[in-house]
Amino acid sequence: MIEIRGLHKRFGKNIVLDGIELVVPRGKNTVVIGGSGTGKSVLIKCVVGLLRADEGEILIDGEDATKMDERELVRIRRKFGMLFQGSALFDSMDVGENVAFSLRRLHLYPERQIRDVVEEKLAMVGLRDIQHLMPAELSGGMKKRVGLARAIAAEPEILLYDEPTTGLDPIMADVINDLIISLRELLGVTSISITHDMASAYKIADQIAMLYKGKIVEVGTPEEIRNTRNPVVSQFVEGRAEGPITAEHEEFVRFVRRSGETGTQGGR
Amino acid sequence: MTDNRKRNGVTAFLETFGTRVFRMVEDLGNLFVFLLQCLTWMFRPPSEIRNIVKQMEEVGVNSLPVVLVTATFTGMVLALQSWSGFQRFQATSFVGTVVALSITRELGPVFAGLMVSGRVGASMAAELGTMKVTEQIDALVTLATNPVKYLVVPRVVASTLVLPVLVVFADLVGVLGGYFVSVYLLGANPYVYADKTYQYLEFRDIYTGLVKAAVFGFLIALISCYNGFIAQGGAEGVGRATTKAVVASSMTVLVSDYFMTSYMF
Repeated sequence: MIEIRGLHKRFGKNIVLDGIELVVPRGKNTVVIGGSGTGKSVLIKCVVGLLRADEGEILIDGEDATKMDERELVRIRRKFGMLFQGSALFDSMDVGENVAFSLRRLHLYPERQIRDVVEEKLAMVGLRDIQHLMPAELSGGMKKRVGLARAIAAEPEILLYDEPTTGLDPIMADVINDLIISLRELLGVTSISITHDMASAYKIADQIAMLYKGKIVEVGTPEEIRNTRNPVVSQFVEGRAEGPITAEHEEFVRFVRRSGETGTQGGR
Repeated sequence: MTDNRKRNGVTAFLETFGTRVFRMVEDLGNLFVFLLQCLTWMFRPPSEIRNIVKQMEEVGVNSLPVVLVTATFTGMVLALQSWSGFQRFQATSFVGTVVALSITRELGPVFAGLMVSGRVGASMAAELGTMKVTEQIDALVTLATNPVKYLVVPRVVASTLVLPVLVVFADLVGVLGGYFVSVYLLGANPYVYADKTYQYLEFRDIYTGLVKAAVFGFLIALISCYNGFIAQGGAEGVGRATTKAVVASSMTVLVSDYFMTSYMF
């Protein structure tokens, strides 16, 4: 189980996370939704320790990851597997070496078994006989699946998905959705996905949390989120152009335009 | 906006200048932190022998042709120039000495350093920069691997070990280049030339050159990896990082060369 309490993260003057409170139950898939640039990626990068939080606690099975030094973080990170938005396959290595990477680093299997283990992991994501291919030879959907095979290779307890369906065609996106669900059922992993693809969110989530202005504004089952009363959440999940999210944005644009005008006049 | 109105040319200039200086100091501080990280991870087990060997091949074997050509022509041109100078006071027998001393003490290491800055520095910054902007470095972290240990340490170690070896070859072909030009083109006596080459050359001249080369190798790899690691903003960012790496490491080679020379003179 992961508990996030009062998580703050800022870059310079830009406050990205402003007190996140979120409980991620064991063995369930939690989906964090939110617009582009609202800090969803920052959130999961804080969880896995790629970014250090400024304030707050991230309890992973009761241990606070924010207080750990690099050595302890290495240990805690072994619980995690992460699928990156652009797959982030190592492009100097072939598919087999990519998937085998953590197996070799952690010496989990003797070298002669690695090929078979990799083939088994690739089979779990519906791929076979592609170990000799280079990442550049793969399509976007295949890259995602290889990235997923690499993430699950060392049998993590927690999987993090960074926009798993972004940039894929609808059919491939659904293939990935099915994979995420089957991995949860097959391996019993706890997972956090971040996405703005609502079709995917409804399909894979046990729990959906909406991130807005650095805070989690609502948490609920897919059904609860679909029927939400919160105007911000309902605008987002229904994908409407008008509503509280954009109203503020338009207000801001008007404000900038106004101050820009007075500014140029003042300059003269 | 009101600030803008009050600001005249001088304060605007000072502000830009100040920001630049501030950024430079910040950059240097970050580089120092990076250096410390690199040193800590260098001595932690397990060692990355396989990666080090791979990088030694990349830095050494692949830079050898460039370094050899540069060193040969440097030796050749040095012979031509010193010949034309020494002829004016009938001292052409000392051309061999001048070529040997200049190559081993100075030109061998510096030119090898500059060529490696251009070739290896650029490729390190571009490779690591691309890995950074495509999240491959983050991926390493999630796969139980410290990126500094896995990527930076092997490059820095390999480059520190290999540059002196490159310079040994550079010294050799540089001196031979000078010999060739003096003996076959300018008509020097081959025995006198060879004799004068050895006579005044001390072991110290060679090893100070090799020490310099090792320091250059260390600095080039460190600076180039650092610039790759801080790359951001897609392909353009990688391009910027590469340029910065080459410029900074070439400059560092020349500047550190002066200080090492003045210390080891």
